Amino acid sequence: MKGMTEIVKTISRLLAGLIFFYGIYIVVFGHLTPGGGFAGGIVISGAFILLIIANGIDEEKINRVREKAGFLESSGIFLFWVISTIGLCMGTFFFLNFLGKGKPLNIFSAGTVPLCNIAIGIEVSAALCSIVIAFMLVKKGDKK
Amino acid sequence: MGSSSITQYLLPVLVVLPLGGALLIQLLKKVSKLISDIIANFILVVLVVLVFSLLNNPVLVYKVGGWMPVKGIPVGIYLVLDGLSLLLLIIINMIGLISLIFSISYMNKFTNKPLYYTLFLLMITGMNGVVLSGDLFNIYVFLEVAAIASYSLVAFGTEADELEASFKYQVMGTVASAFILLGIIIIYSITGTLNLADIGRVLKDKATETPLILTGILFLVGFGLKGAMMPFHAWLPDAHPSAPAPISAMLSGVLIKAIGIYVLVRIMFNVIGVTPIFSNMMLYISAISMTAGVFLAFAQWDFKRLLAYHSISQMGYVMLGIWLMTPLGILGGLFHMLNHSVFKSLLFLNSGAVVYGTGSRQLKRLGGLNQKMPVTGGTSLIASMSIAGLPPFNGFWSKLIIIMACIQSHHFFLAALAVLVSIMTLVSFLKVQRYAFFGELKQASKDIKEVPFAMCFSMILLAFLCTTMGVLLFPGAKELFIDPAVNVLLNGKGYISLVLSR
Repeated sequence: MKGMTEIVKTISRLLAGLIFFYGIYIVVFGHLTPGGGFAGGIVISGAFILLIIANGIDEEKINRVREKAGFLESSGIFLFWVISTIGLCMGTFFFLNFLGKGKPLNIFSAGTVPLCNIAIGIEVSAALCSIVIAFMLVKKGDKK
Repeated sequence: MGSSSITQYLLPVLVVLPLGGALLIQLLKKVSKLISDIIANFILVVLVVLVFSLLNNPVLVYKVGGWMPVKGIPVGIYLVLDGLSLLLLIIINMIGLISLIFSISYMNKFTNKPLYYTLFLLMITGMNGVVLSGDLFNIYVFLEVAAIASYSLVAFGTEADELEASFKYQVMGTVASAFILLGIIIIYSITGTLNLADIGRVLKDKATETPLILTGILFLVGFGLKGAMMPFHAWLPDAHPSAPAPISAMLSGVLIKAIGIYVLVRIMFNVIGVTPIFSNMMLYISAISMTAGVFLAFAQWDFKRLLAYHSISQMGYVMLGIWLMTPLGILGGLFHMLNHSVFKSLLFLNSGAVVYGTGSRQLKRLGGLNQKMPVTGGTSLIASMSIAGLPPFNGFWSKLIIIMACIQSHHFFLAALAVLVSIMTLVSFLKVQRYAFFGELKQASKDIKEVPFAMCFSMILLAFLCTTMGVLLFPGAKELFIDPAVNVLLNGKGYISLVLSR
């Protein structure tokens, strides 16, 4: 896929970092402010998709990105699975909030909830990236 | 509480373990080619051991997240294990394990084996969740997990006709889900709760007939589509043959029971309550499924498509038994459900072995395979006699009970129909045997070989089960496996107080 003009490339490079960190902010503060893993994950993936569309990508690179996105996607859900299973392994309940709850409205509070948000953030951002990449690949092969 | 307080913590493991395995396979697929085989099979072995260790337990209730009921009213999601769930769990995990053993060799033909195992384990997760869950919306979520995994598995070969079948299946499946969701919405608007037992408790005090008739019809259409009952069957003959053979075995042998018939029966018998009109309607639907399925199967020359039509017909038997609503009928229906899962998955694995060996599933192009593939031929003969209901095999006993139950409840016409359909099934499978396995060996298939060990092993295992499962009717085994399930349905709304008291 070809990239866009130099203006778009420069602006998107400047913006991508901001978008990325804004997404991380939404994920990390998910238990205190509106947002959370899903919303933040979508913003994070927005940064990557912006870069891919603005700068263009060649076939070899897109497959590498797809593999990495697939790996991150699985590891995100796997992290979520591990967090929820630890409670079960401790002999109590699935999804037990086994960490200390902390002081409300602090960044380190609410036990496992922020960890779950981070796991969901990884999963959603990687999944959305792979969906967009899948659409790009489909567009290439539709002339058969 | 005592020992049950420990055992109930095993219930979420049945859902959590295959889910974790599915993700682990994706993470570790780069390490070694064997690792996905090992993880998937290991997890299914653990699940089978776990399920059999849960036999002979009282009703177990697990409250997810530790949300205890407030003043006897449930607030969290319940997982409930009773006899009926256990029977379905046995079917799901046992057939799942045997199909997975078959897949070790069979799936080498396809690319991306780890993805196959991931989807397979997700399907197991969904089905285990559906049969364990005691919460209406939770059932819907797990149902979608299982269904979406099966959509992708049907399209796994990515040939044009497979993609088309999968698309058809997706459209019909989504329509079914919409109906089911609408039914759930109506029930929630009447009762204000989603817990199955609690819904039953609230409905007891309210006189709300009309909306319940509507939900009954919505659920009938929704789960009828999922379970391929006769007017809603059109997707099945496309979807089931298109999948890889072990998946066809899972779809026909397990999925249509777990997310179709089981949920409908559970909601109708244990929660809403069956009116005579509804049970009569279901009797007619099952009689039509039974007869029309076998007639449609008669004309097929595609091995797997023929088997798919027979699934519709045999599901008719299962429903006929259950919806007679007599103890004998329910016993026959549930026993036939267990038997059908065994012989139908064996037949689909046979068809997979034939495709693996010869590359074709058109009966007219096959012939004389017994000379080259003795294990496939022998096991398929056992399975054919089993599905046709010939005496020593398992299908005979369950069909006999169903026919006896029909006569006992004075449905003589249905009994005669069941006998007729059984004869038609026999004729249809004589055709399969004659064209595929007996007769002259075709020139094209002179140099074929018997399938690898893993495939032979799983087929022999299923054939062994086909021959011996009649013993489940003897005292001793009957009390352990089938009677608890029958009692759940006979108990009807007794389920409500049983669950709420835990």
